[in-house]
Amino acid sequence: MSFQEICSLDDLVENSGVCVLVAEQQVALFWLRPDDSGGTGELFAVGNFDPVGGANVLSRGILGSVGDKLVVASPLYKQHFCLRTGQCLQDPSLSVPVYPVMLSHHKVLIGSQPVAVDAVAA
Amino acid sequence: MQQTFQDTVKAQILVIGNGMVGHHFIEQLRQRDAGCSVTVLCGEPQLAYDRVYLSSYFTGTPFSELLMSTEQWYQEQQVDLQLNCWVERIVPTERLVYCRDGRVFSYEKLVLATGSYPFVPPIPGNDQPHCLVYRTLQDLQNIEASAAQSKVGVVIGGGLLGLEAANALKQLGLETHVVEFAPQLMAVQLDQAGGALLAQKIQQLGVTVHTGKATQAIAPGTQYRYQLQFADGSRLETDLVLFSAGIRPYDQLGRSSGLVVGERGGIVINDLCQTSDPSIYAIGECALWQQKIFGLVAPGYQMARVVADRLVNQQQATLTFSGADMSTKLKLLGVEVGSIGDTHARTPGAMSYLFTDPKAGHYKKLVVSPNGKKLLGAVLVGDTSGYDTLLQYALNEMPLPANPEQLILPASGQTALPALVLPDSATICSCHNVAKGDIVGAIGAGVCDLASIKHCTKAATGCGGCSALLKSVVDEELKARGVEVSNHLCEHFAYSRQELLHLIQVEGLTTFYQILSQHGKGHGCEICKPTIGSLLASVYNEYVLKKPHVGLQDTNDTFLANMQKDGSYSIVPRIAGGEITADKLIVIGQVAKDFNLYCKITGGQRIDLFGARLEQLPQIWRLLVDAGFETGHAYGKSLRTVKSCVGSTWCRYGVQDSVGQAIAIENRYKGLRAPHKIKMAVSGCTRECAEAQSKDIGIIATERGWNLYVCGNGGMRPRHADLFATDLDTNTLISYIDRILMFYIKTADRLTRTSVWLEKLDGGLAYLQDVVINDSLGIAAELEAQMQRLAGTYACEWKATLDDPQALKRFRHFVNSDKADSNILFVEERAQIRPATAEEKQQFQLQIPVKNLTEESIA
Ligand code: SRM
Ligand SMILES: Cc1cc2nc3c(=O)[nH]c(=O)nc-3n(C[C@H](O)[C@H](O)[C@H](O)COP(=O)(O)OP(=O)(O)OC[C@H]3O[C@@H](n4cnc5c(N)ncnc54)[C@H](O)[C@@H]3O)c2cc1C
Ligand code: SF4
Ligand code: FES
Repeated sequence: MSFQEICSLDDLVENSGVCVLVAEQQVALFWLRPDDSGGTGELFAVGNFDPVGGANVLSRGILGSVGDKLVVASPLYKQHFCLRTGQCLQDPSLSVPVYPVMLSHHKVLIGSQPVAVDAVAA
Repeated sequence: MQQTFQDTVKAQILVIGNGMVGHHFIEQLRQRDAGCSVTVLCGEPQLAYDRVYLSSYFTGTPFSELLMSTEQWYQEQQVDLQLNCWVERIVPTERLVYCRDGRVFSYEKLVLATGSYPFVPPIPGNDQPHCLVYRTLQDLQNIEASAAQSKVGVVIGGGLLGLEAANALKQLGLETHVVEFAPQLMAVQLDQAGGALLAQKIQQLGVTVHTGKATQAIAPGTQYRYQLQFADGSRLETDLVLFSAGIRPYDQLGRSSGLVVGERGGIVINDLCQTSDPSIYAIGECALWQQKIFGLVAPGYQMARVVADRLVNQQQATLTFSGADMSTKLKLLGVEVGSIGDTHARTPGAMSYLFTDPKAGHYKKLVVSPNGKKLLGAVLVGDTSGYDTLLQYALNEMPLPANPEQLILPASGQTALPALVLPDSATICSCHNVAKGDIVGAIGAGVCDLASIKHCTKAATGCGGCSALLKSVVDEELKARGVEVSNHLCEHFAYSRQELLHLIQVEGLTTFYQILSQHGKGHGCEICKPTIGSLLASVYNEYVLKKPHVGLQDTNDTFLANMQKDGSYSIVPRIAGGEITADKLIVIGQVAKDFNLYCKITGGQRIDLFGARLEQLPQIWRLLVDAGFETGHAYGKSLRTVKSCVGSTWCRYGVQDSVGQAIAIENRYKGLRAPHKIKMAVSGCTRECAEAQSKDIGIIATERGWNLYVCGNGGMRPRHADLFATDLDTNTLISYIDRILMFYIKTADRLTRTSVWLEKLDGGLAYLQDVVINDSLGIAAELEAQMQRLAGTYACEWKATLDDPQALKRFRHFVNSDKADSNILFVEERAQIRPATAEEKQQFQLQIPVKNLTEESIA
């Protein structure tokens, strides 16, 4: 898996999402950083296309949690997608791709291929 | 591809038809047994979809939401699913099934779930184009296409489905007629008086009803496409004819293979849903049980359960089909109708109680047993609030109270039957056959919230008609167990909206994560984040895109525009009171032209520009702000518009300057954040051209000042506003509005309009008047001061955003590329843009990869 430098941490918005282009694919990039304690928080990258609404909007959804799952709620019809597995909680037959993402020296690196995540294991 | 006999696909269980019932059968089968091999042959090109909600396709529900399952699910369940596979013939002696495409399947057990098809009466001319039926997705697409070329539409058939079809035609913008052969509408479900009232109400809603009309021919029309010629010599012209004259079971397969079928159609089944060949079962609308076809989904589901049980458990199977209740409650063209049991009082010796309220348009009838002890049937038109209670009396044969008429008399305070007194055997959800005992059992097993109860019992996940009853059973059961029924905002906060407001004020909390870490758990969600964002805004009135608040807002609030279905946004500049200069109109027009936006006059007296991409929003608003426009807050839970009529300045009847007043009020309250949106209007005289009595705050000019109306609502549940105070001078008027709105903001639940808030407020209107006019709580001065402070700190959010480079950074589709979203594509319609449909997008993308159709025009 090759990682690509996509943007810098400054391009992200805390506790919210932005959209980036990775190998011609739209990817929603979220930065979870719920406190000001100085830590860098956690990054998540999933496909930006909302399979329910049929539009490229997931990066503009609200972040949150359902039980112990971290999720983004689609801004169109509010379905929840798990940030770790990409699975839609309302309709488990739907999911969005999940991309490996990491932070290195203030730069955000994203894998060019989505990863296969086992919904049950994660 | 022709296959030979050797290729025969062998299945232990073969199902023909993948409608709602066929699909339910597969679910039920797999719940009981994962092993046996199953093949499904389905004539339609797609998987089972929710026919019951089919009409919602016309109100914008995407078809994908109507699907009941996915191909993937069928794969996971290891069910061999063949779509587009029409079965021609069954040979029971060889246990073989032949398909139109030449394939052959063998079975051990065969389940027929072929449903039914619309009956088209043999009227000459019934086979012309634009003569349609209403049953499948394909039918709906045909209707849509035909309606686009039509002005007038006629539905032939005034039964339940016919009226639903009429509603669809009306929604498609056609002048709509219903033609019924019988002397009344819904002859199956309603008695004559109920049908007559229904017809009257539907007429008032703009659908013309013709009863007692036998259509004899569909001839060419003079003014419109066709002319319907009736037996009595009268005529009706129309462009589109929609037949809804009943259904006929798809029983040809049974007929041709020698199974016993009923005289008037339907494959005969016994209580085990077995046909005359014991290896073949029939379920759903193709089956005839005791001379009856059941045209509803719940009985079909029951049959599916019976057969699944039988095939899996064989000799140990216990379920049998014993008929089904055909009672219905629904809203037809906006009119509530309920029908239970013996509506025509055909039971010998039955007695009827009648109640009519001609003013409100209510008709209610009870049919009781000769001894007056049991409820046999009921008809409700105009008001079905008593339906659940009556149905429970009828289904459970519970003894009626001594004065049964109480059950239909208005406001006797007695009508609702507490869910607690229902027996455990009472059916709460007939779609999924869930009894009260099942729900109590689930609660006993520790399932404590409505959503989980729905999930584990499936109650209220079919037609949805039982949701209210389910909720009251759950609430009462929880209360009886001493569990406090929760008004918690969501899973992250065990507080109501008001309680959170108090915490914020008392502890001086200023950010979401402060509040979450001290009073909540988890990471928040799309419910608590915007709610707390709104509370913080109404307490501190800070710029909503300020850093700590950014992630709290819905996309509409984040980007200060309304997201549309394709991910583009709309733009609504404030046009206070609906007054606008020619110069400003030109600016709007020019901006729309430059950016190729779709223009529409809204229902709120202003102009909406659609089709802006995220990255265009700041450029567009720069031009608008420079020309003196401010944001219209069309996205916020905040003041929308103050509608005005032209008033005394121009109008010969006007008694005050309603436009001036509307503008002043709109400017005072613009930007105010509240539990829900707020709408207002000012009329210049009692003729009320601004429709103030349908607004949250309505003002009507009088000779001596202003009458103030409060808590009206249009929308989903219209409510006429209440007269609050009369002949006020402007200062008093404003101070009353200040107090009412601030009191509303402080005490209403999230997403509660003023109408619902007032209805829930203990003491109602009189209490509100006491608080606001007599200052009974001693808070009037404080409420006014708070409103004054908010008004004083108003700033246009778009102006602030344009001045803030950090905030502007968010208005890029990609943070690492200047490209535009290639999935936003427009086509032209009526000389403006509209979003391309999924099919159109596919075509474009094949032709011009990654290109916005309007990109050039903007550059
Ligand atoms: C644009 C407009 C329709 C139009 O083309 O005329 C409109 C469009 C929307 N309305 Fe409306 N409503 C519009 C006037 C109305 C009116 C008429 C009026 O205001 O005089 C009503 C009934 C009056 C009332 O609210 O009491 C109305 C009742 C609703 C409702 C139902 C509210 C209710 O309490 O039942 C919703 C849904 C909601 O708010 O939850 C809604 C929601 C919406 C939303 C926000 C739905 C959405 O989330 O996408 C639409 C987005 C607008 C956009 O993208 O710009 N809209 N809507 C009208 C904008 C008026 C304006 O200038 O701001
Ligand atoms: C607009 C509308 C609104 C409705 N509203 C309600 C409501 O509010 N409440 C309610 O209870 N009911 C309602 N109904 C009725 C309800 O939809 C039906 O009772 C239910 O769909 C019946 O299910 P079924 O599986 O028996 O038949 P269907 O859903 O008709 O499915 C049968 C399937 O079998 C296929 N088929 C038939 N013959 C063959 C063959 N030879 N080979 C292969 N495939 C074949 C058909 O193409 C079809 O896909 C409504 C119906 C309509 C049309
Ligand atoms: S409400 Fe009165 S003032 Fe306003 S337009 Fe109508 S008649 Fe004229
Ligand atoms: S009765 Fe249809 S969902 Fe419960």
